[in-house]
Amino acid sequence: MENLSGFLILGIATGSLYAIAASGLVVTYTTSGIFNFAHGATGMVMAYIYWQITDPEGWGVHPILGLVVVLFIVAPLFGALVERVIMRGLQDTSLVTKLVVTIGLMVGLRELVNQVLWPPAVRPAAKFFPGDRWTLSGVSVTAHDLIGIAVAILVAAGLYLLLYKTRIGVSMRAVVDDRELVRLNGGRPNRLSMFSWGLGASLAALAGILAAPIVQSTLQVDPLTIFVINAYAAAVIGRLQSLPWTFAGGIIIGVAQNLAVVYLPQTEALTGLRPSVPTILLFITLLVLPQTRLRTHSLQRLRESVPHSTLQGTLLMTAVLMAAVALVAQVSDARMVLDLSRALVLCIMILSLVPLTGFAGQISLAQWTFGGIGVWVAATWISSSNPLSLVLAALVAGAVGAVVALPALRLQGIYLALATMAFAVLMDNLVFKQEWMLGSSIVVDRLPGLENDKVFAIFLALMFGLLALFVVWLRRGPFGRRLQAMKDSPAACATLGLDLTRTKLEAFAISAAIAGIGGVMLGMLKPSVGPNDFLMFNSLPLLLMGVVGGITAVGGALFGGLLLGAFPVLARVLADVPVLPELFLLGPALAGISLGRNPNGAVNEITRSFRDRNEARRRRKELREVADVRPEGDGVAIGPEAPAHAGDGRVLIDPLDEPEWLGIDRPFTQREVQALNEALDLKESDLDVTARS
Amino acid sequence: MSLLEARGVTVRFGGHIAVKQVDLDVDAGRITGLIGPNGAGKTTLFNVITGLQDTVEGSVSFDGREISRLAPHKRARLGMARTFQRLEVFGSLTARENILAAAEFRNRYASARMSAAEMADIVLEIVGLRSVASERADSLPTGQARLIELGRALASEPKLLLLDEPASGLSEVETDQLANLLVRLAEAGLGILLVEHDMPLVMRVCQVIAVLDFGSILAQGPPEQIRQNPQVLEAYLGSHRH
Repeated sequence: MENLSGFLILGIATGSLYAIAASGLVVTYTTSGIFNFAHGATGMVMAYIYWQITDPEGWGVHPILGLVVVLFIVAPLFGALVERVIMRGLQDTSLVTKLVVTIGLMVGLRELVNQVLWPPAVRPAAKFFPGDRWTLSGVSVTAHDLIGIAVAILVAAGLYLLLYKTRIGVSMRAVVDDRELVRLNGGRPNRLSMFSWGLGASLAALAGILAAPIVQSTLQVDPLTIFVINAYAAAVIGRLQSLPWTFAGGIIIGVAQNLAVVYLPQTEALTGLRPSVPTILLFITLLVLPQTRLRTHSLQRLRESVPHSTLQGTLLMTAVLMAAVALVAQVSDARMVLDLSRALVLCIMILSLVPLTGFAGQISLAQWTFGGIGVWVAATWISSSNPLSLVLAALVAGAVGAVVALPALRLQGIYLALATMAFAVLMDNLVFKQEWMLGSSIVVDRLPGLENDKVFAIFLALMFGLLALFVVWLRRGPFGRRLQAMKDSPAACATLGLDLTRTKLEAFAISAAIAGIGGVMLGMLKPSVGPNDFLMFNSLPLLLMGVVGGITAVGGALFGGLLLGAFPVLARVLADVPVLPELFLLGPALAGISLGRNPNGAVNEITRSFRDRNEARRRRKELREVADVRPEGDGVAIGPEAPAHAGDGRVLIDPLDEPEWLGIDRPFTQREVQALNEALDLKESDLDVTARS
Repeated sequence: MSLLEARGVTVRFGGHIAVKQVDLDVDAGRITGLIGPNGAGKTTLFNVITGLQDTVEGSVSFDGREISRLAPHKRARLGMARTFQRLEVFGSLTARENILAAAEFRNRYASARMSAAEMADIVLEIVGLRSVASERADSLPTGQARLIELGRALASEPKLLLLDEPASGLSEVETDQLANLLVRLAEAGLGILLVEHDMPLVMRVCQVIAVLDFGSILAQGPPEQIRQNPQVLEAYLGSHRH
């Protein structure tokens, strides 16, 4: 290979950018404990902002000045703001919540750029010193490439100096070891987190801006985001801790990717292979990563509660849902029926995450990928108008789910999420696009009798109901107990004889099987389906809205799916109203991000507020029973407002009415506090109950 | 031959040697106490025996079988069960479901003598948790959570029971009941390894006591002997000579 050294240089140049991006990810992860899935999207957004500032079509500022503004002002502010507003609330939440919030941010940034700020158009991505290029053993190397390498070296040196030679760096390393201890010793972990998020965003921006012209000659949202996501592989090689290994990992990936150009045959089937090299390396790294030791004392009190659905409730839900769908289908137009059907398919897809994420606490970012496999099996192996095709789709998707999960099962949490994401991206790039697969779009016949769209909508409601009943039945039985027990304490399960690997495998298989059925449903709904229906990016909102709805209960899947389906409809219906449509398109992301404040999901919150009210009512009744005798005076009685008087000094209370309890149902007013103070002979400051809440 | 035999077990965390060349025997039908100051390596030794912690050197055999390389769940299936010093209850399950789950795990790999539900109810009775059977485990006080762990371990029908500070958080009455239960279990043929800071309890129920200090076995013998061992006194009360 005479041009090997040229490709090597190019590889190191690409790798340098991966290294820069990955180092930002590692810095934020180690100091805040949150793996930022939105890191790639951050880099992408910053590249757009840089374009806006510097491009002649934008504001035309000098590139160097623009670079300084983005790297040292915009990106750090953005990172710090994200930490302060979104991430800080996540300290005592589960891994699923943490992941979902950053995925929400990722989806949000992507939609924000696509739909609101920079709708698709041609935006040339300029290289630095575009004229300067040299030919090195047959390969053209530009000044831009060399700048990337130089910048990576500077970043590496800078990070070393920061972490080992400055006070703030030492504190950052201390936060990694023990956050609480740093606080006790007078450090400020929150401020350090903010700093590290600012630094991380800055590094993402640097990588994004430098990568933009290398990825494609114009700015493109998804390729740019994926480019920075590729850097996650480097961070994993560094085991999310070691910066030297992260840098090495970046270079390895860059070089491997460029050498793939030289050594891999250029055939049709392998066109997707080169961009997939980082993902393949990520997969391999995850496979050889040493197994994480089972940790004990994993039991910490999280803010999440875990409510469960009942069989009766689910049965009722199914009946109501079918009736409601039938009603809506009767009164609305054809388009609305399709929208509703689409939402119901989304419900089924989210339902597939309930056993996996809700019960077992595992994460999959590849649900639509399993759906794609299901639809392919149902439509091409046998005719999809044969009901058996559904069973077959579920079986094959389930089997693939198990095979994918098998190597990943030794992994936990983030690594498992990354492995499923890598699998989804590989399927997008390498398999789904193939002619024999979904490349030439396939048409999926409906089951006989379902040709009418209205009937099909009701059928979808029935499918969701049946699958939901199955999931609830699982939860109520030994298998559900196993999953829940494994989520609560893997160490205890193992020492009681439970095979964790096998249990996780079963959870993955069941989840993938349901997703496979969901895929077939999508196929039956749409005139035809192709690779774009099953992209990794499509699977992200499923997890988002599932967790937003409440992923531990099937009602949460219903809520999340309907909401996810409603957003684009609302955006369309309200297209003439300013701002609102954009807001609705950002809906899933905003909902996901808001999860940090309310990690239990909407359905759980609602049912809990009902339960709490009943509980409060019961308590009040008890209180009344013990204290139905109350002195009467001119002041204020702490008790029901406007009590009935018996005349003999006792206050009578009708146990059936629901009086308002001062200080319990609502805070005291200032006047009441004064009266209380007088009655109890207190000074103003002694009883200042209103001021507290 | 003892039920459990640990030979020359050594564990290192970085440069720190947590457990150094430990030999330990636990016999069936007897309660063996493992005592020592905080940080002596007791829990680490438990983790080694149950497979949660890899060893640098040494071997562990159970019921005549070398188990050093077995995964935790396979060791459990041979008939050992443990409780955790820092609780590992299944918080989102009820007390009964906790024990039921353990019985079900067992029924999956061993031929069951009774249904998991029957087993769960019996065990609930034994550990005295029937009144809180349908309470969520994470809503119970520490003492009862410890009893859940004990019940869970019993529901897996072990030959060897490893208890990591089962009495901490128990009231005096509960501790007394626990002591009686442990004695009965040992009489029924169970081997028990007991880590506990409650010395009166240890002295009362154990036939043999091993003292661990800085990762090594300092002394081993019947309670009376241990009580008078000057080295043990020194480890616990500090040196008199300086």
